Amino acid sequence: MLLIPCPFCGPRDENEFRYGGQAGVACPERKTSDAEWAAYLFVRDNPKGWFRERWFHAHGCRTWFTVERHTLTQEIR
Amino acid sequence: MTHPDFLWRDPDPRPSYDVVIVGGGGHGLATAYYLARNHGLTNVAVLEKGWLAGGNMARNTTIIRSNYLWDESAAIYEHSLKLWEGLSAELDYDLQFSQRGVLNLAHSLGDVREGRRRVEANRLNGVDAEWLDADEVKKFCPLVNVSARARYPVLGATLQRRGGIAKHDHVAWALARRADAYGIDLVQGCEVTGFEISGGRVTAVRTSRGRIAAGTVALAAAGHTSVLAELAGFRLPLQSHPLQALVSELLEPVLDCVVMSNAVHVYVSQAHKGELVMGAGIDAYNSYGQRGGVHVIEAQMAAALELFPVFSRVRVLRTWAGIVDVSPDASPIIGRTPVENLFVNAGWGTGGFKATPGAGWVYADTIAHGRPHPLAEPFALDRFTTGALIDEHGAAAVAH
Ligand SMILES: Cc1cc2nc3c(=O)[nH]c(=O)nc-3n(C[C@H](O)[C@H](O)[C@H](O)COP(=O)(O)OP(=O)(O)OC[C@H]3O[C@@H](n4cnc5c(N)ncnc54)[C@H](O)[C@@H]3O)c2cc1C
Ligand SMILES: [Zn+2]
Repeated sequence: MLLIPCPFCGPRDENEFRYGGQAGVACPERKTSDAEWAAYLFVRDNPKGWFRERWFHAHGCRTWFTVERHTLTQEIR
Repeated sequence: MTHPDFLWRDPDPRPSYDVVIVGGGGHGLATAYYLARNHGLTNVAVLEKGWLAGGNMARNTTIIRSNYLWDESAAIYEHSLKLWEGLSAELDYDLQFSQRGVLNLAHSLGDVREGRRRVEANRLNGVDAEWLDADEVKKFCPLVNVSARARYPVLGATLQRRGGIAKHDHVAWALARRADAYGIDLVQGCEVTGFEISGGRVTAVRTSRGRIAAGTVALAAAGHTSVLAELAGFRLPLQSHPLQALVSELLEPVLDCVVMSNAVHVYVSQAHKGELVMGAGIDAYNSYGQRGGVHVIEAQMAAALELFPVFSRVRVLRTWAGIVDVSPDASPIIGRTPVENLFVNAGWGTGGFKATPGAGWVYADTIAHGRPHPLAEPFALDRFTTGALIDEHGAAAVAH
């Protein structure tokens, strides 16, 4: 189980959280190609290594925040 | 006592092949086998970074069924199930394929409606399917707790009698033996670390054992496909997650069918040897670490005990995880990529073992002809742009 540092509540067990996937995915401009729109909807980075991602402290302060986690070692920095 | 003969050679890679398959799991091996058997292509190598079939092929819970909702899925999974039905004889190897029946339990009105709808859809597609009410579930599988006082009472189930399990290692060994006999090189300890692409066309792979020229490169790397796609310069709509499973200590035969429940999230069967084999849901976050959170196992065991109170004193022998590649519509991606002559077979997620022969069949055909096999065509990458998704979350997501 991951120990996830909530910026407000401090480190808490993973099962207090909901996962939100890649951080910083911006919605494209309104005038965009089908391919760009598809990439926005469906394609996310999936690296073997460091990854910036969103977590939601569902059973705590109910805040969304971003952490950087290594997807192989599960280290969080 | 002498050591038994090995079933396949352990060759060094040659400098060049007509077809290089990346990934020596079930799908890579089945593709190699059908390339030779159906298309006469034998100048083929399967490159495996670890040992043969040590990835998800060795880690899955071996459930086989074809009762998917949509026409496209029913067609490809049923094609696979039909191949399973003749595969032991064809490969001359006992795959311990056992059509003991697969129950998908319903615990809510929504589950009941989804299940009944799927039964009708399956029948229209020529896939055997039955709806059982709670009493009939009890009759078919006396161990299941159908008490109305359960927290999530069993209201009924779909049953596919032709569904069941097979021995995954035997499947891999049998396919490997045949591919090897055709002269195909199964190269272990050989990691693909890059691609040579010129004029938009792949010409070679770089590996931990040197450069290998290739007419065609076919990815069959399950959870690691995103890593390879990135090396080849494109992105895929895939996320890699740990998927966990466990086995119990050995028991006398007690459970002679497969029981799955999406709602309380567990699937259970009893292996030929006697262990209870149980699978869980995916861990929420994407990961390449082949272990998941213990809370997922806890939830899975709670669900199992809800359904099978009789298992309360069974001991867990071991747990493990594999890395599965989940696509946005819970359906696989098969076919061309933005790179010419570089093909992809991925996104089978939590349920690709059952597809092993079917996927190998259509992928080999796609590679041999340089265009998608008709059964694979709907599963092309461009469906995410056209919007023609094959949304199998109801029938596929995590349930096997
Ligand atoms: C716990 C668990 C339970 C499951 N239960 C079921 C089930 O009951 N029924 C079902 O139908 N499916 C199930 N699945 C899913 C099924 O196992 C997979 O969908 C299927 O095995 C994927 O195809 P494969 O066999 O080729 O993958 P794998 O066996 O994972 O093969 C991919 C291979 O590629 C290799 N590879 C990766 N990167 C490279 C590289 N760069 N160079 C060389 N080689 C590389 C890997 O080492 C691996 O051996 C389960 C999976 C898990 C993890
Ligand atoms: Zn908090």
